Amino acid sequence: MIGIEHYLVVSSILFVMGVLGIFLNRKNVIIILMAIELILLAVNINLVAFSVFLGDLTGQIFAMFVLTVAAGEAAIGLAILVIYFRGRGTIAVDDVNRMKG
Amino acid sequence: MIQLVSFYIFASIVIASAAMVIFARNPVHSVLWLIVAFFNAAGLMVLIGAEFIAMLLVIVYVGAVAVLFLFVVMMLDIDFAELRAGFVKNVPLGILLAVVLVAELVLGIGAYQAGAVQLGTPEAGVATTSATVPNIEAIGGLLYSKYVFLFETAGLILLVAMVGAIVLTHRRSHGTRGQNISSQVQRRPQDATRNVNQPVGQGIEL
Repeated sequence: MIGIEHYLVVSSILFVMGVLGIFLNRKNVIIILMAIELILLAVNINLVAFSVFLGDLTGQIFAMFVLTVAAGEAAIGLAILVIYFRGRGTIAVDDVNRMKG
Repeated sequence: MIQLVSFYIFASIVIASAAMVIFARNPVHSVLWLIVAFFNAAGLMVLIGAEFIAMLLVIVYVGAVAVLFLFVVMMLDIDFAELRAGFVKNVPLGILLAVVLVAELVLGIGAYQAGAVQLGTPEAGVATTSATVPNIEAIGGLLYSKYVFLFETAGLILLVAMVGAIVLTHRRSHGTRGQNISSQVQRRPQDATRNVNQPVGQGIEL
């Protein structure tokens, strides 16, 4: 029988995969953005699973807002990536210090 | 039985393709594996009756975000072999972090097995689901009544993201002739045209 635990285990594995992807591909910002998408997908699975488990639709509404923010974040992140590549000719992000922050 | 089989199919493909996303050598392959992961996550959500979010996942992620990633990966001329140079160096740290995270999850589940923490008694849900109303209808009713301002804010966030992406990446190209709207609007017929009484048999002087 499939319970909420199964969904939580899948989403936590997915979350750990996303974090691992950020740490493994520290230079390639495209893979980092994809790993962030994986993390947000894990969050969405969690929200939807709890929404169905509790019989409360609010979780699915919030999953939709997470989806919106994820789409906006991907668009802005890729735009920043494109202008960064234009200026530097590379997307290696482990030595980004343009703003001297 | 079929629920069990399809859950394990979807879940295993989601996890395997997520692993391929972060381990693939070619970022184009990473994007394609990301699409597989999103599709199977949508399958997982259909399985528990959240078909609206599942379809949204397919449309927004596969149709928009993944294609955006694919465009950027293919448009930028990047030496990916050089970018993977630090991969082996970062493996121990990454594995360590993943092990720590998994250990924390196992710790939490183990503590739960010993006895759950009581967080008080819940109130009645604000938006309880009904067996007779379809998922999409229920979400629509909730979204346009109780959460209408949040919904508008989501639209505003998308607008800001769109404007921001355009402002960041737009490059004014030289050498092309743009439209000068004010000079077009200010142009009057008497400045632009001339009536001539042309004699027969003579060429016209322009």
